[in-house]
Amino acid sequence: MLYREAGDFKTSYADDNQTFPIRFDRWRYYAVLVIAFGIVPFIINDYWVSAVFLPFLIYAIAAIGLNILTGYCGQVSLGTGGFMAVGAYACYKLMTAFPDINIFFHVILAGGVTAGVGILFGLPSLRIKGFYLAVATLAAQFFLVWLFNRVPWFYNNSASGQISAPERTVFGIEVTGANTEAWASYLFCLVFVVILAWLARNLTRGTVGRKWMAIRDMDIAAEIIGVNPLTAKLSAFAVSSFFIGIAGALFFAVYLGAVEVGEVFGINKSFLVLFMVIIGGLGSIFGSFAGAAFLVLLPVLLKNILVGTLGWPTDLAAHLEFMIVGALIIIFLIAEPHGLAQLWRVAKEKLRLWPFPH
Amino acid sequence: MKKTLATLALGAVMAAAPAMAEITMSALSYRTGPYAANGIPFADGYADYFTLLNERDGGVGGEKINLVECETGYNTEKGVECYESTKGEGVLVYQPLSTGITYQLIPKATADGIPIHSMGYGRTSAKNGAVFPWVFNYPANYWDGASHAITHIAEQEGGDLTGKKVALVYHNSAYGKEPIRTLEKLAEKHGYELSLLPVDHPGQEQKSQWLQIRRDRPDYVIMWGWGVMNQVAIQEAVNIRFPMDKFIGIWWSGSENDVLPAGDGANGYKALTFHNLGKDYPVYADLQTHVVDKGMAAGAGDQLGTALYNRGMYAAMLAAEAIKTAQEMSGETAITPAQMRDGMENLEITEAKMEALGLPGFGPEFKVSCENHGGDGYGAVAQWDAAAGTWSLITDYYQSDQEVIGPLVEEDSAAFAAEAGIEAGCM
Repeated sequence: MLYREAGDFKTSYADDNQTFPIRFDRWRYYAVLVIAFGIVPFIINDYWVSAVFLPFLIYAIAAIGLNILTGYCGQVSLGTGGFMAVGAYACYKLMTAFPDINIFFHVILAGGVTAGVGILFGLPSLRIKGFYLAVATLAAQFFLVWLFNRVPWFYNNSASGQISAPERTVFGIEVTGANTEAWASYLFCLVFVVILAWLARNLTRGTVGRKWMAIRDMDIAAEIIGVNPLTAKLSAFAVSSFFIGIAGALFFAVYLGAVEVGEVFGINKSFLVLFMVIIGGLGSIFGSFAGAAFLVLLPVLLKNILVGTLGWPTDLAAHLEFMIVGALIIIFLIAEPHGLAQLWRVAKEKLRLWPFPH
Repeated sequence: MKKTLATLALGAVMAAAPAMAEITMSALSYRTGPYAANGIPFADGYADYFTLLNERDGGVGGEKINLVECETGYNTEKGVECYESTKGEGVLVYQPLSTGITYQLIPKATADGIPIHSMGYGRTSAKNGAVFPWVFNYPANYWDGASHAITHIAEQEGGDLTGKKVALVYHNSAYGKEPIRTLEKLAEKHGYELSLLPVDHPGQEQKSQWLQIRRDRPDYVIMWGWGVMNQVAIQEAVNIRFPMDKFIGIWWSGSENDVLPAGDGANGYKALTFHNLGKDYPVYADLQTHVVDKGMAAGAGDQLGTALYNRGMYAAMLAAEAIKTAQEMSGETAITPAQMRDGMENLEITEAKMEALGLPGFGPEFKVSCENHGGDGYGAVAQWDAAAGTWSLITDYYQSDQEVIGPLVEEDSAAFAAEAGIEAGCM
């Protein structure tokens, strides 16, 4: 009834091409932004930020990044953890080498560095596809983690090989380090999420995105109609790595504060982000958010219910958590192989017809 | 989706707020994951000792202890979640049992004013309490451990290590890298040759490292391992017939779980320790009557008397003694984390105290002070007897080489103070 196109007249091409063609969606979008920027910062505490919001926002960036590469351009990557490590270590080196520059720029530069590394490891994609490319990116994962563990320059020769984020401020407000207020770190990440999601959405519906999708759907046909596979594939690697690098930088500097590469950016991280993308929905920005929310929030929620409310032993709860999350993943993928984003699409279709489906 | 989940979770958290006890302790334990085999006995020992105090003595100083356990899986992200979810409940001291999580919590806990006790792990230079006022790592740390191992080797070799080859097999993480600098310094002093063999998390794959050991034939192998890595390393050492009495593990590589899988082959394997082993102590009789017989033992209740159970119990004992000290100092029974910190800083463990607790000769005597949060660095060597299935101490407690370690602690803590902009000084 509320959710429909009828009566919402488009009088210009710009109107016709907008991201949310339905008025209700637009309002919902603005409402989410207002809540996220205007209300949440005033009510969150340390627990909500550290356990829920920061991981959700940062994983959402990483998932969008991987979605660009895998969902939009069709290049499977298992190197996400390694690229996040590049972002984290680049950010660390920049933070310690240029302490006077705003951390905001360090994070963006860290993304830029990661984009360069991503292009380098994307080169094999010009010759190999599918599973073989996955193995090549797997090599990137292991090589990068090994590199950051092996070369002391990357961790400024600290005795433990750990990197720790020093205190840095934006407009005089601390966003990294131990004394950061909950709302400050939340808003810092939120700004990145909104900008990057907006950027991703607009890239994917423009020329660049269409080229990626042409390559994904059939690379030979795409080449015949004039899409250059070199630029299309490498740009996908670059943009994807840029996003993932920023996610890695935020993960280290804002969320964890101290990082050990093997433990935090191991192969598990690559799989986790890949699962987010697959569960959320390949080729969908919303899907990236939904996947990140699913895999970040569900374990925390289960833990709070099983241990907190029901008072079960922690080990039993931890095992059950694995089983429940795993079962839900399987159920979701059987019920809807195209992910949560497809469920959302179907729901929207139904809503448009409601309450008269015939 | 986000909103509904968030609301649900909020409801769960609200419902979860427990009945507030006067003294809350936390255990960031891990009973799952690749390190669970070692995490479980420690967590059981820690929990059982507090249960014993509650059941036998009615808590500490009349205050019941509420132990909040949180599962980290040795994962730093979950560690953060655990810390944030429990710190609001007035936890007196955190014992993360993970060097990675300790590193992460040091700045956070310092900002929040909650002490951390990383007993025999974590950041070694936290020994310097003037720089790390909220972090304690008594009674011994990794650099002490490295020195203990070298001292023991020197004894075996009649005092001269010149030209000997020593290999370090270590977990390739902050934890495993801790002893490297000390071992290098000691190599300069004693003239042995050090080779480094990193093993990546979780440590199931060590064929190449042990092949290299087989080729290089070092005289001694020192190991900094944890979890499944220990079992694999000992098995591999058995496979290449490396002499077990020349294989020395740090205290985290010296539990029953580590040596049992290798069977008789592991006989003679050595590990360092900073407390005594076995269950030949009066406190075990109390544990049996007040905890086990009442069915209140933590976990499956099958870990009593193992090396890591004893260590968990030792950690709990030190925490309880620090609470007592804090209660005496402040004159209050319901102490705050800040008072707990003062208690820890003035903790003194004497033989008389340990005997009164039913743990005679269980650990070294030491006294904590502001300048020294790390104890005096006493440790001993234990050896595994595969036929009897027991660990036993083969040396007395001896002190680490303070001449080498003192300046290292000074240097590293000064570097941290400069990096973090801390003015060193006692509180």
